[in-house]
Amino acid sequence: MKTVEEIKAAIEEGVPGAGVEIVPNPSVSGQHSLRLAPSHAFAMATFLRDDPELALDFLSNSTGVDWPDKEVAEKVKVTRTVTKTVDGAKQQVEETVEETRKHTVPGCLEAVYHLFSIAKKHGPVIIRMKTVNRTDQVQLPSLTPVWRSAEFQEREIFDLFGIIFTGHPDLRRLLMWDEFKDHPMRRDYVEPDDFEYEPTAHDEVLKRAQEQRAKLSAAVTGQEGAGA
Amino acid sequence: MAVEAGLKIELGKQGVFVTTIEELYNWGRRSSIWPMQFGLACCAIEMIATTMARYDLARFGAEVFRPSPRQADLMIISGTVTKKMAPQVVRLYNQMAEPKYVIAMGACAISGGPFKQGYNVLKGIDRYIPVDVHIPGCPPRPESLLHAFMTLQKKIDGQPLTGEGRPRHLDAEAQSEFPVPVQGAHDLEPTSNPGVWPVPITIK
Repeated sequence: MKTVEEIKAAIEEGVPGAGVEIVPNPSVSGQHSLRLAPSHAFAMATFLRDDPELALDFLSNSTGVDWPDKEVAEKVKVTRTVTKTVDGAKQQVEETVEETRKHTVPGCLEAVYHLFSIAKKHGPVIIRMKTVNRTDQVQLPSLTPVWRSAEFQEREIFDLFGIIFTGHPDLRRLLMWDEFKDHPMRRDYVEPDDFEYEPTAHDEVLKRAQEQRAKLSAAVTGQEGAGA
Repeated sequence: MAVEAGLKIELGKQGVFVTTIEELYNWGRRSSIWPMQFGLACCAIEMIATTMARYDLARFGAEVFRPSPRQADLMIISGTVTKKMAPQVVRLYNQMAEPKYVIAMGACAISGGPFKQGYNVLKGIDRYIPVDVHIPGCPPRPESLLHAFMTLQKKIDGQPLTGEGRPRHLDAEAQSEFPVPVQGAHDLEPTSNPGVWPVPITIK
C-alpha cells in the first residue's frame, strides 16, 4: 500500500486546491493520519474511494475527539528600563527579565475516519477533519454520501460530541433522547448531580456524599420549619 | 383462620377436602403468574434460558409470556434500564392490570450495576416503581430467577384478602399508577419518585 506521503501526493494531484496535511503518529505503530481541510473534504473522500489504486471502499470506524481550550505558559525574555540605585545615585538601567506569558490555544472538535479497501485488501488509512472551534463553528461536511456506513456513526458523533455534519441525510441524536441538550463525551461535560448511595463512600464520592447530605438535611429542616 | 394442618391431613384421609377462600384464591394467583414478554439486556438471555426445557419455568405456571401489558401479571426487569428507556418501562408498568408484581433481575435493574457511574443509566428501577423481588447477579443464573419466582409465590401466598397487607387490587385506596418521568434537558425529571423510593439521608 502507498505510504501517507504518497497518498497525500495522490490527493493533491487528483483534487486541485486540496488542503491535506500529515499528522504523524510517533508511537511504534506509526499509523500516521491525514488531516483534510473541511472545504474540500468531500471531494477528497470521493477521490480516496474512487481512485483505482487506493480504492478505499470500506469505512470501518469513525469517531470524535474533543480538544479543549489549552492554556499555554511561555517564558519570554523582555528588556526594559528600570530605575535603580547604583553607587548611591539613581540611574536608568536596562535589564533583561524573564516573563511568563499565558495565552489560551483555542480548542476544536475532530472527526476521525478509518478506511480500508476490501477490493485491494489494504488499510487502514486514517483521515481526520477539524472544526474551527468548540462552540459555534462546529460544522463539518458529512461523508455519509461517500460511505453509507458513516450514517449512524456520524449521528453518534453528533450526539456525544456535538459536531454538526452538513449534508447528513438524517442528523438526529442516536443514543440520548431528543430533548437532551448536552454532549456527554466532551471533556467539560458536567454529569447530573446524582449522588451514589454507596455504603463505603470514599475520596471523591465521599465528598459528594457529604455535600449531598448537607443539601438534603438543609431541605428537610427547611420543610420542618415551614410545617411548624 | 387457616385450617389446622394435622386436622386437614386427617380429613383428607377420610376423603374430605377443607380449605379457605384465601388459600384457594392465592393458590390460583400464584400458580398462574404470567410475565410480560420483554427483555432489556443480557439478563434477558438468562430469562429466556429459564423458560426453556432445562430449567422449565412452566413448572411454576409462569411459562405464558404475554406480549401485551394488559394480559401480564409480572414484569421482569431483565437488564440495564437506560434513562432513555425508563419512561417506557414505567409506562408499561402503568398499563399492566392489577394484580401486578415486579422482579428486578440483576445488578443493573437493582442499582445500575457496573454502569452506575454512567450519565445515561438509571440507578435502579425501584426509583420509579415498587419492586417485589430483587435478585443479585450479573447476570443471575436461571436458578436465581426460579428462586425469585418461588419467593414471589411465597409473598402472594402470604397476602391476606382483607385488612392490612392485602394486595393492591383489593384496596380501592392503593396507588396503581406511578408518574412517568420526563426526559429533560440534562436528566430525567424527577430523578426519583419519593413515594416509592425515599432518598436515604443517613450517610456515615
